[in-house]
Amino acid sequence: MRKPTFSMGGVHPHDNKISRECAIQPLPLAPVVYISVAQHIGAPSVPCVAVGDKVKVGQVIAEPGGFVSAYIHSSVSGTVKSIGPRPDLAGRPSTHIEIAVEGDEWLEGIDTTDTLITTLPEDNKATVEKIKLGGVVGLGGATFPTHVKLSPPPGSKCERVIINGCECEPYLTSDFRTLLEKGEQVVVGAAILRKVMGDVPCTIAIEENKPEAIAHIKEVIAKLGYEGIEVMSMKMRYPQGGEKQLIDAVMHRQVGSGALPISVGAVVQNVATALAVYDAVQKNKPIVDNSVTVTGECFPKQANLLVRVGTPLRYIVDYLGGVPENAAKIISGGPMMGRAVANLDAATVKGTGALLFLTEEQTRRAPESNCIRCGKCADACPMGLEPFLLVRLSRAKDVEALEANAAQDCIECGCCLYSCPAHIQLLDSIRIGKGSVLGAIRARAAAAKAAAEAAKK
Amino acid sequence: MSTLIVSPSPHIHSKDSTKSLMRDVVIALVPAIICSVIFYGWQELLVLGVSVASCVLLEWAITKYMLKQPSTVGDLSAVITGILLALNLPYTTPWWMVFIGAVVAIGVAKMTFGGIGQNIWNPALVGRVFLLVSFPTYMTSWSQPQGLFGVDAVSGPTPLGTIQEGLMQGSTVQELTASFNYKDLLFANLGGSAGEVCALALLAGFVYLCVRRVIKPWITLSIFATVALTSLIFWGIDPARFTDPLFNLLTGGLILGACFMATDYVTSPMSLWGGVIFGVGIGFLTMMIRYFGSYPEGVSFAILIMNSVVPLLNMWFKQKKFGRK
Repeated sequence: MRKPTFSMGGVHPHDNKISRECAIQPLPLAPVVYISVAQHIGAPSVPCVAVGDKVKVGQVIAEPGGFVSAYIHSSVSGTVKSIGPRPDLAGRPSTHIEIAVEGDEWLEGIDTTDTLITTLPEDNKATVEKIKLGGVVGLGGATFPTHVKLSPPPGSKCERVIINGCECEPYLTSDFRTLLEKGEQVVVGAAILRKVMGDVPCTIAIEENKPEAIAHIKEVIAKLGYEGIEVMSMKMRYPQGGEKQLIDAVMHRQVGSGALPISVGAVVQNVATALAVYDAVQKNKPIVDNSVTVTGECFPKQANLLVRVGTPLRYIVDYLGGVPENAAKIISGGPMMGRAVANLDAATVKGTGALLFLTEEQTRRAPESNCIRCGKCADACPMGLEPFLLVRLSRAKDVEALEANAAQDCIECGCCLYSCPAHIQLLDSIRIGKGSVLGAIRARAAAAKAAAEAAKK
Repeated sequence: MSTLIVSPSPHIHSKDSTKSLMRDVVIALVPAIICSVIFYGWQELLVLGVSVASCVLLEWAITKYMLKQPSTVGDLSAVITGILLALNLPYTTPWWMVFIGAVVAIGVAKMTFGGIGQNIWNPALVGRVFLLVSFPTYMTSWSQPQGLFGVDAVSGPTPLGTIQEGLMQGSTVQELTASFNYKDLLFANLGGSAGEVCALALLAGFVYLCVRRVIKPWITLSIFATVALTSLIFWGIDPARFTDPLFNLLTGGLILGACFMATDYVTSPMSLWGGVIFGVGIGFLTMMIRYFGSYPEGVSFAILIMNSVVPLLNMWFKQKKFGRK
């Protein structure tokens, strides 16, 4: 039988999961952590501690700055040293709370034991509140606050929860290791999520290159005896873990342009998010740490580390032996969608999933040559767009035509640029074009709103 | 630690490059080259050599001295144009005529439009048709292949030319095709331009390109299907006037054109359905020219005509966008 996958586009980069045998090890505490207040999509959180305050692990140090926002907790125990701007990954300043580490004292009420709690709480509202208080955000990359995703707007109804265990990006193995080592917790987390959404069925989607994880999770589901949770073995194909692509693959439904997954009855959560939900709901443990894959052929020591949020990247790298001589690029995340690190003094955030080291040869971009109209970019685009056309329109700054050709639907997966034989910098230009289209759409919406209000008066 | 590169994602690239794709096309043409040299001997080798060398040299000279741009000969596309042009010419073509073909192919059809990726028509075909129209006597009197291993060369028209002339003199198709053995067509034993002579070698190259995913088979298959279907209908109506499907599939460079010329990236549509319409157009026009035109052979003209509508096909046949009607 053919394994399920999404219906259009996609590429097959070599998966390079060279760190797959590395069990998740806790990283020793750094002497100082820097916790950003803007590590999720939405409004930055507002610090609620002052310089000089003593904090414990799991204590709230910043509160949501709006509806779409999240709690942020101290990942260490110690003293707040400063609150102010610090350059992030890309070198742009954003507010961080600096905490000097003293010991490792956890807040009362957090269950730090390994005891598995399988009884699901009765009250769904209280569960969602606990998820919100636990500062849970989507850990698959987008870091969208999870409690918002679990509160569908009136009129929409969830029909299936999908747990995303595809990990389709090359090199990354932290979700794989989580499935193997914390499979029980992930499955309980999935059970909580499907109960909260109204006892809907739940699919845990795992790509076929992780057979151990597929077998293990099947065993765990059988052992724990939860109803309505199934494992789906997916064909290996990038970007299967993209939200729209995964819904298409699992439910054969396509989320429309600009629409949310809930519009087709789907809620997608990453494996690591399911684990965070378990921790928040069953153990009262907010997100204070997350698994980070540290990998790359040029990096001497492959590892999966459990890292406290706010740990400086340099501390992680030095712990494993420092930046190798021949590393030309350090990427936070995978090689297809991750962000290049401009500043090793930046600190990890909840969504940091990997540190990848590439040599110049691995990451070099060849000079652009003429488009040979081979159409490989259009074949590779999982959104059915025509990158060769969008790049021309973007360079001509034709916003109207860009919108007509759906530049705003681009999910920035990088398949077009990856597959272009002429090495045209497709995604770079399309990103710029997409930005101007989204700007135009927002401006129209604002103008329409203003006109409606003026009409009311 | 040296300085780090900071650039947007994606951070890796597939191994494909224009050069690697073109290299695959050259590899796919090797069986046909070997086959034609075996059957036509050193003269064919001369045509191939002059054609490839002139195409590459012309492109190099034009980029360097006229356009003053970095040379693009490294991408191997000029090599392919050279090979295809040679395979479209009789092995008896004099070297200076091959050179003129190369000037038209590279100089006019390719570089004046801006080089690789910018041309509207398949360069090798433009060169071939230019020669066909300018030197009709040279281009239509083919010799029976002599071969590396020495058989006496017999001069005469190609199978399609024989039919065309014969029909004008009042013979029936059955009488005329009685002299052809289809096995000879498949294994390269009848007169024709080099590329017309070894169907199996060309098909092997086509399969290689499909397996390597350099091209998709739809354009080629729809050409074959249309030629077969159109000739089946006409042949069914009047077998005395019209040639049969198998004859039409195996003669006149149809296989060379369908496998290697119509599938040229630059001058063919990008979408699946655009490609199918493109192929159907080529197949139908080929048969119309063969049956009703004044040239015995129509593949080149059919492809060039359909090349012209590729921009329209690209505009009309777009792939479905995700989540949109």
